[in-house]
Amino acid sequence: MLPTMGGVIVLVFVLFNWVGGDPAYLLAGKMADEAAIANIRAQLGIDQPVWVQLGIFLKQILTFDFGNAWSTGEPVAHIIASRLGPSLTVLVPLTILETVFGIALALAIAFVRGSLTDRAVMVACTVGMSISILVYIIVFQYFFAYKLGLFPVQGWGNSLGENLLHYALLPIIIGLAVSIAPTLRLYRSFVLDEVGQDYVRTARAKGLKERRIVWVHVLRNAAIPIITHVMANLPALLIGAFLLERFFGIPGIGREVILAVERSDFPVIKAITVYVAAATMVFNLLADLLYQAVDPRVQLK
Amino acid sequence: MNVMNDHAVSPGLWALAWRRLRADRIAMAALAVVGLFLLMLVLSATGLIAADWEDEVAVNYAPPTFVGANPALAALAQPQRPTPPNAFDPLAEELAILKREVQATHPPVAKALTLPFGADKWGHDILKKTVKGGETSIVVGLVAAFVAVTLGTLFGAISGFYGGLVDDFFNWFYSIFTSIPSILMILTVAAVLQQKGVTTIVLILGLTGWTGPYRLIRAEYIKHKAREYVMAADAIGASNWRKMFSHIFPNVSHVALVQVSILVVGFIKAEVILSFLGFGVPVGTVSWGSMLNEAQNELILGKWWQLAAAAGAMALLVTAFSLFTDALRDALDPKLK
Repeated sequence: MLPTMGGVIVLVFVLFNWVGGDPAYLLAGKMADEAAIANIRAQLGIDQPVWVQLGIFLKQILTFDFGNAWSTGEPVAHIIASRLGPSLTVLVPLTILETVFGIALALAIAFVRGSLTDRAVMVACTVGMSISILVYIIVFQYFFAYKLGLFPVQGWGNSLGENLLHYALLPIIIGLAVSIAPTLRLYRSFVLDEVGQDYVRTARAKGLKERRIVWVHVLRNAAIPIITHVMANLPALLIGAFLLERFFGIPGIGREVILAVERSDFPVIKAITVYVAAATMVFNLLADLLYQAVDPRVQLK
Repeated sequence: MNVMNDHAVSPGLWALAWRRLRADRIAMAALAVVGLFLLMLVLSATGLIAADWEDEVAVNYAPPTFVGANPALAALAQPQRPTPPNAFDPLAEELAILKREVQATHPPVAKALTLPFGADKWGHDILKKTVKGGETSIVVGLVAAFVAVTLGTLFGAISGFYGGLVDDFFNWFYSIFTSIPSILMILTVAAVLQQKGVTTIVLILGLTGWTGPYRLIRAEYIKHKAREYVMAADAIGASNWRKMFSHIFPNVSHVALVQVSILVVGFIKAEVILSFLGFGVPVGTVSWGSMLNEAQNELILGKWWQLAAAAGAMALLVTAFSLFTDALRDALDPKLK
């Protein structure tokens, strides 16, 4: 984990310091003189040797202090802390619903494998996956929010209840509509790996009800790849919902990334990239621990 | 490829795969659709079709023919009346000459009230625009997928073949790239490069997409390097490079091919999103993403045809491509089902 984290830090550092060009010209504006540029360079520390700059970057990461955003002057730590809440308000319900629906549908579909229902659902999934997420958002927002007025077109409130039940509802529904097809396809393949196993036949032979076989025996064994998938996807979701956040005006992390890219606000992007990478690794570790809880045969080294 | 000659002796991997693929009716239909799109791409890239997509042939937002003309737009359809002569204009004579020249080369045409699939804000034919936009999106998808798979294959081959420290190094590299979610990686690189252009998107997608092919190709090389034919090549003194790319690679190339087609689909989707956000194609180049960007505002005005055209074309291509990819994978690896 540590070498990987180190690699991420070096990669981000190289990307922004060598490929990204000199930020002093960007910050100084159009009417810059020598002194102003030199001053900014000294403030950012980019007149120092490379290893000192890397040291500064490391210190920033460890102390959660990335200074202020270049575009708005807001402290980067505050940006991240305040944008996390709205993102989670959308993502936690979305992830839970997606996983539950995905598992339930996959179990139902996998046990009628090869039937007309199975094939029809799979074709529907392929078609559903081929439509761009943009089209889902544009069309759903237009019909349900703008035409029918069932949901607010966009906006964000102050209380959690209002946000969850009022503003986040349509984004969650759209997120579900977009993600259910790939999730179902993936989970179906996990379940299919299990239904042919001997223990399923044994369970049937000893007269267990089909429902118990599906929901207890098969589900427990199919849980390991499912956990891996959910855990590995959590940090990516944080960013992946950026289109939803952008369309619905939700002040979350994803929208902040888009804004930062538009404004070339390097400190914000740097901070988010490093912390999302760290979160990915933590969640991978958590997934390993969860395996053991689900399947006692798994040994951790 | 001399697949045909081998046929009489014993069919090779590719001939067998092709036979299996031909028996699959869905795969052949999907292949036909993909082939049509590729043909369209070639024709539009060489300028045989849709070269004149930027001509303003219809009134603004002309509806599709099957919807019927919008009477409110009829006034716009007339050719522009010349402005009345201005006696005080010192440039009147020069302007008159210029006007005559323009009249000679571009005679005023009545703009169409309807087009087969409508027109956009400037009166461009949506069908031609979709073809042109498809050209950009598909080219980006194809080239970026080739870049990504080439990188992935190269890294995977070196890593799997040499093993040891080299393998550790590439694995470390791989874990760095996979711990940053791909969409964040793409946006980060877009932020750093700060220049728009088709080449830039291809680079961004290609440089961030190599991880998937890398993992699979590496596993294949680890499996193959201990096989007898590689030892035989070793015995006759083949160099490492030769063993890697002229002996082992043909045996794992089907994995690379399947990866290319998987990535093409993913990259077409990614290009559409990037262009939609404005980090993709530059102004003046049309792609399905930039069409969706325009269509978003048009939909509120009730002009749905650009959205339908771009979304429909993309959905058709991606569905066909995914179905074909699935069939290709099954055909190339019959054990995996």
